[in-house]
Amino acid sequence: MTKSELIARLAEKNPHLYQRDVEKIVSTIFEEITSALGQGNRVELRGFGAFSIKKRDARNGRNPRTGETVHVEEKSVPFFKVGKELRLRLNRQRPLD
Amino acid sequence: MTVTRAQLTEAVYQEVGLSRNESSDLVEEVLSEISDTLIRGETVKISSFGRFGLREKGERTGRNPKTGEEVPITPRRVLFFRASNVLKEKINGPSVA
Repeated sequence: MTKSELIARLAEKNPHLYQRDVEKIVSTIFEEITSALGQGNRVELRGFGAFSIKKRDARNGRNPRTGETVHVEEKSVPFFKVGKELRLRLNRQRPLD
Repeated sequence: MTVTRAQLTEAVYQEVGLSRNESSDLVEEVLSEISDTLIRGETVKISSFGRFGLREKGERTGRNPKTGEEVPITPRRVLFFRASNVLKEKINGPSVA
């Protein structure tokens, strides 16, 4: 499912809303999560999961093609930990198909 | 500060002009639409944000760290999130992503 398919499904379930409002809702949610992470904040959505930032120390890496050593600066990477409820629902016994 | 459903609801309320109640319902609907899609085994791709997908893990042997006892870990599905380059750049600035 892509973002536009997500928007289409939500629009179908909410016929009283304009498509452009549904688009706005979906993009606002992801922009809000992005900006929270950009400010170093954590985003915790119980039952779904939590987005956070993990620091990676500066290190000396290697260019895999030339073997040359390159310095990699310290950086932050986004991380998602799945929430308990979703984790359990992913593994609930599935009907035989 | 940790961002939760309340802040996402507030952002949708400010941006879209629905009632707070309806904004809150829609935040919930977005999360459950994503969850349900993943539970069906489908990948969710949100452009400029990232991709949620599943990996199937086979059975392996684990150990109870307290007793040292060997216990089988049953096959399971685990969720992963891969952040898009756009999201990584917003967290680090364009140079290091």
